[in-house]
Amino acid sequence: MQLDSKIPDGPLTEKWDRHRFELKLVNPANKRKFKIIVVGTGLAGGSASASLAELGYNVKTFCIQDSPRRAHSIAAQGGINAAKNYQNDGDSIWRLFYDTVKGGDFRSREANVYRLAQVSNNIIDQCVAQGVPFAREYGGQLANRSFGGAQVSRTFYARGQTGQQLLLGAYGSLSRQIAAGNVRLFTRREMLDLVVIDGKARGIIVRNLVSGELEKYAADAVVLASGGYGNAFYLSTMAMGSNVSAAFASYKKGAFFANPCFTQIHPTCIPVHSTYQSKLTLMSESLRNDGRVWVPKNPGDKRPPNQIPEAERDYYLEEKYPGFGNLVPRDVASRSAKVQCDMGKGVGDTKLAVYLDFKDAIKRDGRDVIAMKYGNLFQMYEKITAENPYETPMMIYPAVHYTMGGLWVDYNLMSTIPGLFVLGEANFSDHGANRLGASALMQGLADGYFITPYTIGGYLAQASLEKIDENHKEFDASFLKVEARIKKLLSIEGKRTADDFHRELGHILWEYCGMERKDEGLLKAKELIADLREKFWENVLVGGSGQEFNQSLERAGLVADFLDIGEVMVIDALARKESCGCHFNEAFQTEENEALRDDENFCHVSAWEYKGESCDPAFHKEPLEFENVKLTQRSYK
Amino acid sequence: MTKAGDKSCINLKLKVWRQKGSDVKGRFETYEARNVSTDMSFLEMLDVVNEEMILSGKDPIAFDHDCREGICGTCGAMVNGRAHGPEKGTTLCQLHMRHFSNGDTVVIEPWRSRAFKVVKDLVVDRSAFDKIIQAGGYISVNVGGAPDGNAIPVPQEVAEKAMDAAACIGCGACVAACPNASAMLFTGAKISQFALLPQGLPEAKKRALAMVGKMDELGFGNCANETECEKECPKEISIENIARMNREFLKAGFL
Repeated sequence: MQLDSKIPDGPLTEKWDRHRFELKLVNPANKRKFKIIVVGTGLAGGSASASLAELGYNVKTFCIQDSPRRAHSIAAQGGINAAKNYQNDGDSIWRLFYDTVKGGDFRSREANVYRLAQVSNNIIDQCVAQGVPFAREYGGQLANRSFGGAQVSRTFYARGQTGQQLLLGAYGSLSRQIAAGNVRLFTRREMLDLVVIDGKARGIIVRNLVSGELEKYAADAVVLASGGYGNAFYLSTMAMGSNVSAAFASYKKGAFFANPCFTQIHPTCIPVHSTYQSKLTLMSESLRNDGRVWVPKNPGDKRPPNQIPEAERDYYLEEKYPGFGNLVPRDVASRSAKVQCDMGKGVGDTKLAVYLDFKDAIKRDGRDVIAMKYGNLFQMYEKITAENPYETPMMIYPAVHYTMGGLWVDYNLMSTIPGLFVLGEANFSDHGANRLGASALMQGLADGYFITPYTIGGYLAQASLEKIDENHKEFDASFLKVEARIKKLLSIEGKRTADDFHRELGHILWEYCGMERKDEGLLKAKELIADLREKFWENVLVGGSGQEFNQSLERAGLVADFLDIGEVMVIDALARKESCGCHFNEAFQTEENEALRDDENFCHVSAWEYKGESCDPAFHKEPLEFENVKLTQRSYK
Repeated sequence: MTKAGDKSCINLKLKVWRQKGSDVKGRFETYEARNVSTDMSFLEMLDVVNEEMILSGKDPIAFDHDCREGICGTCGAMVNGRAHGPEKGTTLCQLHMRHFSNGDTVVIEPWRSRAFKVVKDLVVDRSAFDKIIQAGGYISVNVGGAPDGNAIPVPQEVAEKAMDAAACIGCGACVAACPNASAMLFTGAKISQFALLPQGLPEAKKRALAMVGKMDELGFGNCANETECEKECPKEISIENIARMNREFLKAGFL
């Protein structure tokens, strides 16, 4: 199958406008007749549900949580980028576009990224109108701060809770549409299968997590906004419920999975401290505006940080990247921390941590100014570690945070299954091999507020959709398949819990498919995962029944799908014989240990097609063409 | 990993509310939690207890949780009679076991309120909160026509106050802590956010009447100035917001 990205012709700056004009429209009176299912209520799903309902479509929205307000977008801390140039510091749509393409190490689509930068300004306007309490200057204007990978200040924020406030804005708009009867909301539902009829996405099967019953819902289009799969690593900054199940079920039904090995490992997280730990906590990248990253110059230095004199500290980011200093992109900052720890210069009990020090900033600006900027983050840090970051430098270490990979989508955000649109972190589209800070919120809301409302209309206006309902035989087939899997999970009655398997999978992925990869390690990981999956299906212990509220069963399903995606991640990493952004294969590096791309052979999106349980997926290539940006070795010096 | 006998390791007795579903009777059951590392979070302690229960064929304790970083508002339980446990300004997921001592008995119950039915064990149905928001907890603006973000200046202190109110995570601790199971802190926080901001003014009256009306209709009690909500709120939302809600409500009724 030839992948068609459907990128419109014409100059980059005019593509989106032209495309919007060329997309067919649905008559306002006819919109009511079209049923759209939206899965997920984070920034992408929440904003899409609200916008589609505002247009008049008949929307059904599903979330796995007890309320749409709890999706994990809520935990995003630092901010959202936009090319407003309010600071008069030389920002522009073009610069945001360029920074994002470069930050992604030239593995994203120019046209998508340009569109993202274009609508970024509309997002801020929309959110202000919704009453999102962004930080303001004394004169009442919107405030900005800096983020990694950029030399302009373009990040809008609401203290350290920007994701929360943007999500509550979208949730407010969604709630308004629920009240108006335009959206029907289904909470505590987990999507377990996509129903495809005549090659088109026509519905979903969900499990009602309270009653345990399986339910069928039919529609004319399905929007998947179910987030990323970073939890495959077991420990990550993702919410406990974040899973790949909905995306993976769609993959099994024919949606290609793109760049699955592109996982963002965020440099500033609270380090791992023990084996029972259930998740990792991010400390916003915005802290790198004022915090200085360092390790002791001498490996094995056991003195407490405050007793190590300036001359014996290695501010390695400032040293190596004077141009960007502590604000290098995430992949560079993470790998640099690993390099320091590998040299034995790590700090703390585990020696897997580096310092993030606010001493100089506090001296310069005063404690109150720092507290106003980062108070809630400092407080969160203290709660977890029982150490006061105003007095002692924070200890940080990289952790899995985001997946740039996701289901393949074209310019319309439609997957390889017609009628299945994929939004936000669940798709692969805009971040290439590394996402810049404050760009996830931008992308989620761009997809939901400003892109899909148009492109879904374009699809519905020209698709010839047969009239179907939940009694169609494909719904029964999907239903039976899902039911059989649940029965199977419950019937194994083995000796190990799902979490126990999950922990082991996480170790494998972190070790062999994490910040540094080697072919031999990846080959080993592939075997280990296959073996672990076999053991899982022989020896997992779930307990309880399928006909009740059963969190243990939910975990088992989640882990089963992570075992599958884990293997696809490894296969993808093996196939990409270059280094780019987050994908650092030891065999491909510059003399200065930076990622060494191979633009001749790997300037493409890798898209994987499911070929059955016992087969490796089939590889498809979407070549990336750069007409406006020159491919260069990324430099942050 | 810590071992028994370590200073940083404690043993606890847990008295946990067990209830199969919303329409059956519940009861307390007692469990031992051994070798609990004091670096664990409260939920990680429950994870370990649950793992043991699964392995010994028992039904694990159901509890809601998701982000585990204190922002999603999913987790929450009464711990020794306190919403989210003994630490001020802390959600249950951010409560660490270092705040407990070896040999402690810890009583764990779900939120108790007529408007929050128990789903299972510690899990409750808080959809009433969503219904309050649906009644008017938003600004009616469609996507498309918003003016430039800087077209409406908002004084910094106003933006900060609005943010103080908007920080609510909708966990329900205020309702659980209140002797009247009132939802006034939750409702007041949302009404305040929009009453403070210029964008919220056009609908201020309608919003106050609709949200307060819905809150009463759903069976939440009234405020009797016990201030328990403010004390137990993990985001330390001020009861000032209740006063502001009352003002907004009265204003809306008279004018």
